[in-house]
Amino acid sequence: MNLTLADLTDHGELFLRGTALTIALTFASLIAGMALGVLGAAGRRSTLAPVRWITGAYVELIRNTPFIIQLFFIFFGLPKLGIRMGSLEAAFLAMSINLGGYATEIIRAGLDSIGRGMWEAGASLGLTRWQSFRLVILVPALQKVYPALTSQFIIILLGSSVVSQIAVEELTFVGSYIQSRNFRAFETTLIVAAIYLLLVLVFKWICAAIDKRVFAFARAGR
Amino acid sequence: MLTLKRLALAAVIAVLPLTTSFAAKADALADIMKNKVLRVAVPQDFPPFGSVGPDMQPRGYDIDTAALIAKELGVKLELVPVSSANRLPFLQTKKVDLVISSLGKNAEREKQIDFTVAYAPFYSGVFGPASVKVAAAADLSKKTIGVTRGALEDLELSKIVPVDADVRRFEDNNTTIAAFLSGQVQMIATGNVVAAAILEKNPPNRPEPKFVIKDSPCFIGLNKDEPALLAKVNEILKKTKADGSLDAVSKKWLGAPLPADLKS
Repeated sequence: MNLTLADLTDHGELFLRGTALTIALTFASLIAGMALGVLGAAGRRSTLAPVRWITGAYVELIRNTPFIIQLFFIFFGLPKLGIRMGSLEAAFLAMSINLGGYATEIIRAGLDSIGRGMWEAGASLGLTRWQSFRLVILVPALQKVYPALTSQFIIILLGSSVVSQIAVEELTFVGSYIQSRNFRAFETTLIVAAIYLLLVLVFKWICAAIDKRVFAFARAGR
Repeated sequence: MLTLKRLALAAVIAVLPLTTSFAAKADALADIMKNKVLRVAVPQDFPPFGSVGPDMQPRGYDIDTAALIAKELGVKLELVPVSSANRLPFLQTKKVDLVISSLGKNAEREKQIDFTVAYAPFYSGVFGPASVKVAAAADLSKKTIGVTRGALEDLELSKIVPVDADVRRFEDNNTTIAAFLSGQVQMIATGNVVAAAILEKNPPNRPEPKFVIKDSPCFIGLNKDEPALLAKVNEILKKTKADGSLDAVSKKWLGAPLPADLKS
């Protein structure tokens, strides 16, 4: 096989910029998506029926349509309704909303796994329902579903490659851009794949470190 | 069996140049005037230059140009639908008098046939609504231009665009068009035929020509050694350019008048 990586050495800075944007987009979407997920999960278990319906519809809408269609709807569709945003903002919004939908269901499962006893413990301490949710229930619930959340985060990280479609100049875009110039498709794809792999490995390591610190209580009793 | 077929084919190919060079001795213009018929090879699969209309009749820029020339000659028009692969053989075997089939000029073709002056614009350029004031690459500064990544327009535009212009490179042609139509980019760099196809749909964002990136206009092809026919068609093209009738064809099919360099 004829592998010519030399043609790609000039593009180091481009790869770096693309990787940085992928990381930034993923990180920002994880924060926003998780916030949406916690709110959504709380909404799914709300005592108010309309709140349950709205969050339910949100989950069904996001989980049953392709990500690229959600992205195109935000980028190409919303301008028709007078809401125009740049490709970067549209990508961030689409990724956050998408993660929010999946995270809602995952966190709801975590909440379901917490027994009534915990809620009652909160109530007996004089906490309101919302305070119990925030202070007593949420962290153990997140701990239960943490592995599932982590995989969803990785899907978001890798799925960010899709936003290259609307000219967001992240890692996949950079790869396609470079190979449209030097026609070294295989070498470019190889490098892009290697960077994604490295990103995910580092990301998993960070998640494991967070698990150790934040959810140490879960292992304390064992 | 296969080799026999190939042999026969080889024999045909070997004899073909002899017959055409012999036949080319005749005066095509005299024949046209005598038979009162102008036979023109036109595309049928390349809108807006040539396609089949809802009435099953061929229509397009090339067909209207052929009709203009036949009218000026005062003869009947006979359209011969061809594909881009067989349009030159049709001419060389004298099945048609002219090829008006969005034919570009290059050195290889010039060895085989003659060309008239250009009759239709075919170029890559930057297009945008009238409200965006751009006349050259330098004016793109601080503006957003959508282009299909890796396309000819991307490669050529990247060489001439100012550093502070915002070139957005989209995955494919349709995404680029969607970005322009939804107002996500101010301008679009594409072919004039694509711009014409967008204009035909009458969108709120109209891609009107701003400047040319790469020009390769269309020419009418005819057989070599036909000076009378060549002179006559050139004269007709000059006249129809001057009186606006070819301009009308351009406006009708490409949504834009003939560019200045094609007008003379």
